[in-house]
Amino acid sequence: MIDQAAAVGRGRPARPAKGRLRRAAQTVEAFISESRLNALGVAIVALVLLVALFGPLIAPQNPNQINLIAILQHPSVHHWFGTDDVGRDLFSRVIVGCRISIEAAIIILSLSVTFGTALGILSGLAGGLADECIMRVTDLFLAFPGFILAAAIAATLGPSLSHTVLALAVVFWPWYTRLIRGQVLSLREREFILASRLAGGGTMWIASRHLIRNVMPILTVQLSLDVGYAILATSSLSFLGLGAQPPSPEWGAIITAGSSYIQTAWWWITFPGIALAVTILGFNLLGDGLRDWIDPRLRGSLGGVPE
Amino acid sequence: MVFVLWGVTFVTFFLSRVVPGDPARLLAGPQASPKEVAHIGHLYGLDQPLVVQYGRYMRDLAHGNLGYSFLTRRPVRTDIATFLPATIELAGYALLLGFVLALITATAAAYRRGTRTDVAGRLTAIAGLSIPAFWLALLLQLVFHTQLHWFPLGGRLDPGATPPPHITGLLTVDSLLTGHIGDFTDAVSHLVLPVIALAAGVYGLMVRIVRTSVIDSLGEEYVRTAEAKGLSRWRVLRRHVLRNAMLPAVTVLGLEFGLLAAGVFVVESIFQWPGLGNYAFQAIQASDYNATLGATLVIAILYVVINLIVDIAYLYLDPRIRYA
Repeated sequence: MIDQAAAVGRGRPARPAKGRLRRAAQTVEAFISESRLNALGVAIVALVLLVALFGPLIAPQNPNQINLIAILQHPSVHHWFGTDDVGRDLFSRVIVGCRISIEAAIIILSLSVTFGTALGILSGLAGGLADECIMRVTDLFLAFPGFILAAAIAATLGPSLSHTVLALAVVFWPWYTRLIRGQVLSLREREFILASRLAGGGTMWIASRHLIRNVMPILTVQLSLDVGYAILATSSLSFLGLGAQPPSPEWGAIITAGSSYIQTAWWWITFPGIALAVTILGFNLLGDGLRDWIDPRLRGSLGGVPE
Repeated sequence: MVFVLWGVTFVTFFLSRVVPGDPARLLAGPQASPKEVAHIGHLYGLDQPLVVQYGRYMRDLAHGNLGYSFLTRRPVRTDIATFLPATIELAGYALLLGFVLALITATAAAYRRGTRTDVAGRLTAIAGLSIPAFWLALLLQLVFHTQLHWFPLGGRLDPGATPPPHITGLLTVDSLLTGHIGDFTDAVSHLVLPVIALAAGVYGLMVRIVRTSVIDSLGEEYVRTAEAKGLSRWRVLRRHVLRNAMLPAVTVLGLEFGLLAAGVFVVESIFQWPGLGNYAFQAIQASDYNATLGATLVIAILYVVINLIVDIAYLYLDPRIRYA
């Protein structure tokens, strides 16, 4: 009986890869044609990802190459974004810095989503004392304004990019735990879960087979909304000196260095800031569009900041 | 609620005690001998086990005593009382500005849903949430101070100005109450740039919420009834649409506070604003843990209280919940 149920579940014929690819392309196309803002979001995110992947190849110069005969140069044909106080080419630095932000966001979100989702499912399924304990701890973390707690943790661990990433993951996971637990609580009373239980499905089976799949849409939406926020928070902490340290071309760190030259070199803070703002804007547009598109019922919930 | 408040002290205390850097050394000064450092450490109980230090801290806390700041060499409570009004003034105006602008944009966008106005409104909202506050602050300094010389670079008043007598601690209010018009204009011109830098995020979050809820209430039957009765558009908007659309706006106040707390941190340090955010930041950098703990505690307590008030306000504003 159990084996049969399992066989039915696993027995779905695998779609041919080509069809899947075409379907994906059609989905993206439908998403883009839905709204001009969606198209803008997709375009920006695609560009940012390309730059993050191929940054070191695109950058015309070595981002850390000191050139003392070309310090604080205005933007020109040779240096599109100008140069800094030791003559490093800011365009190259901004291009190479893109990967740092994207990588940081990916690590922060993978850590917090994995941990938060696992705890959320555990809490929702187990109930009782375990649920109570997990939720109290979650409440505790949510009682702090996230950024302040992250700053305190990063400062405690000592300023570095990896500590900032860790601090932000510590701040982010409770939001996922709460979100997923709520979903699990409503899902576990639904007929198909009960049916699976009756068919002899164990807890692990139900969690991996049914719950994860059903929380996927809402998780995707939340995740896409949080990418922008993760990038923003990382760069803000770097700006405060708690994250990436010089000479790292992380955008927040470049802006910190440039802020002392605000009277003489306007380009130094301007271009990295534009890159940062446009990147975050792209992810936020994408997340916002996805939210409306995947689940119209979610319209009106909060984007950018986890609910 | 009590558990959360206790947890907040617990977390901040243990975080602040693992801070690298020896506070006793900091307090004694760079020239102090190891013996003096040990003496200072003993004097402040820094050589005791952590649990004892925590117990002592909680006992002091119950008496409203937050300890001494090693950096300013004053009681942390005095420091916070000095710096908090500046932050309240800054954040209050930012909240007000962001809220009013968001209300206008969101209503216009909702009434012209799907048009260019709507797209522009949504785009500005997402932009408000996307532009990092620290960069916006620097950009505003660059344009309106360095290039145009319209506004001062930072601080609350011109360096030579004498502040108005202390009544509320809010310079704009105090100067008006005591009739110091010069101080008032001075304070306002110092407020403009940091308030704009902070308000952008508030605006972005609020436009999204209000736009959706205005669209929702425009579809409601009571709005159609009100229009059918022949009420003017303005009256329908004010009495029926906005009043209902305000509910979700209240619920995000807690989130707005979190956003403002983050913004205050970076914006205050850029504008040399003598507020709590700047104080906390300097305390963290100097591993001044009494001050770090006090500032974090005050911010977290305010956050908890605001969320509680929001819950209660919601109960009051929405009778359906009260009777359910």
